[in-house]
Amino acid sequence: MYVRRLELVDVRSYARVGVDLEPGPNVLIGPNGVGKTNLVEAMGYVATLASHRVSTDAPLVRVGASTGVIRCAIVHEQRELLVELEIVPGRANRARLGRSPARRPRDILGALRLVLFAPEDLSLVRGDPDQRRRYLDDLLTARQPRFAAVRADYERVLKQRNALLRTAYLTRKVTRQGGDLSTLEVWDTHLAEHGAQLLRARLALVEQLSPYLEDAYQQVSAGTGKAVAEYRGSVAEPTAEAILAALAEVRADEVARGTTLAGPHRDDLVLRLGDLPVKGYASHGESWSYALALRLAGYSLLRADGIEPVLVLDDVFAELDTGRRERLAGLIADAAQVIVTCAVEADVPASLRGARFRVEPGEVARV
Amino acid sequence: MYEGAIQDLIDELGRLPGVGPKSAQRIAFHVLAADQTDIKRLAAALTRVKEQVRFCVQCYNVAEEDSCRICRDPRRREDAICVVEEPKDVVAIERTNEFRGRYHVLGGAINPLEGVGPDNLRIRELMARLSSGKVTELILATDPNTEGEATATYLALMVKPMGITVSRLASGLPVGGDLEYADEITLGRAFEGRRTL
Ligand SMILES: Nc1ncnc2c1ncn2[C@@H]1O[C@H](COP(=O)(O)OP(=O)(O)OP(=O)(O)O)[C@@H](O)[C@H]1O
Ligand SMILES: [Mg+2]
Ligand SMILES: [Zn+2]
Repeated sequence: MYVRRLELVDVRSYARVGVDLEPGPNVLIGPNGVGKTNLVEAMGYVATLASHRVSTDAPLVRVGASTGVIRCAIVHEQRELLVELEIVPGRANRARLGRSPARRPRDILGALRLVLFAPEDLSLVRGDPDQRRRYLDDLLTARQPRFAAVRADYERVLKQRNALLRTAYLTRKVTRQGGDLSTLEVWDTHLAEHGAQLLRARLALVEQLSPYLEDAYQQVSAGTGKAVAEYRGSVAEPTAEAILAALAEVRADEVARGTTLAGPHRDDLVLRLGDLPVKGYASHGESWSYALALRLAGYSLLRADGIEPVLVLDDVFAELDTGRRERLAGLIADAAQVIVTCAVEADVPASLRGARFRVEPGEVARV
Repeated sequence: MYEGAIQDLIDELGRLPGVGPKSAQRIAFHVLAADQTDIKRLAAALTRVKEQVRFCVQCYNVAEEDSCRICRDPRRREDAICVVEEPKDVVAIERTNEFRGRYHVLGGAINPLEGVGPDNLRIRELMARLSSGKVTELILATDPNTEGEATATYLALMVKPMGITVSRLASGLPVGGDLEYADEITLGRAFEGRRTL
């Protein structure tokens, strides 16, 4: 699939802009702060209904405007689909799919499949475990939308269970008596059920992803170490019984501390390069390449599923040495569509052919 | 901000569930423009609902007498109870014409985030009804969300040892809809939860 045209009205730094993109590589060139990331962020928003940079919608709308509109003409299997999203901060967004309004914005999910790599992704490697859990869960959802509901259910049960433990903890502190934990068993059952589903899916995903990760890192780095990702769980097995057993083991601690201490929300994806952990050991360039390899692995996995997503590489070349740049350019040359942004044109290897665009304040022009 | 009575009305309306500031303003000005008799009727209905409506002493559904219409109806089975969260759920199930037993309205669902535990719901009252021995079947029709499911599990755990048949409403694809219009999440879940026939 590819995005044939992107239009923004009152989004970020753009009052009104239209870009005719092409299949294959598209390189957006322009100085720092001119609005390159703003363009790819908007495409990402249509794909996931969320920005990779901010968690609220307000910054997405141009300062001074009250709503912003993103339009994408998406070509998939020779058919063109028009998707329009109107962003109204503080209220529900409005979406259109083709000629008719969508019932809910989430109905447009799946219309644009997109894998985005951005500088923020360095935190996949260097950040806290929640970043890596989110990486896995986002990929699960991209492959099977049903996991959006599994995740939401797990989160909600976890919140309720934590509230119960917390209230009992506070009650005990104030009154020096028991605190009501009569429904804890119920929350355990539900946490275990949803948790086991999530855990099973994550483990299967990591297993399927591993060869792609090793391959992607290998290709970007030309064999300077093997990338291995290993799921480290707080539970012995991905079954409801095992989660219940794990909860039973930490029960006393949970009651004392007023929070849930076992389950997939405590897990991590441990990333290693050869025998060393990446976190705390890898160089900046290695960490960057690793984060990139994680995204490329996800991209390859989706392709293996028969989904041909759009690939976005925001500011990736500047951070890589010449060899890695060349290899990356070779690696993405056959993508259905790849959007690359860079501030310095010379950072993008000449071997990466395709369309080039010059980004200027509020405008984009084909060169 | 408006002055006096009209702003008071907008403020009061704005406190109602599902009424935002814009709608509150629109309703307030509609009231101002409307016929005197229509508004008197509305005001009377508002007052009457608080004065006359009570909760049924058996099932806690809304009632105009000690017992609600359903509990007073001798044709309804006494051996089956359907447990719901709110009176509006009784109305919804009644519309299906599928159930000829009695109800029990809990008054909500277990929700630790909002400080609602079993003691804040009419669970003790339900247990008292069940201990009479007349009831053989309990249908749990709490909402199909996290809190409703937890409440159903909690009740099932308590009631099963009493030898009463406990069932839970099935959830899945909306009926009457076309498969192609179900969103990926709903359809994906329905697929995952498929039954052998
Ligand atoms: N809501 C908004 N309204 C108006 N301008 C905005 C808004 N949000 C961001 N901007 C402006 O957009 C610019 C940032 O654009 P963007 O992040 O796309 O830059 P970039 O071209 O990717 O730069 P770099 O090369 O540094 O990554 C900033 O100058 C910022 O002030
Ligand atoms: Mg940028
Ligand atoms: Zn009644």
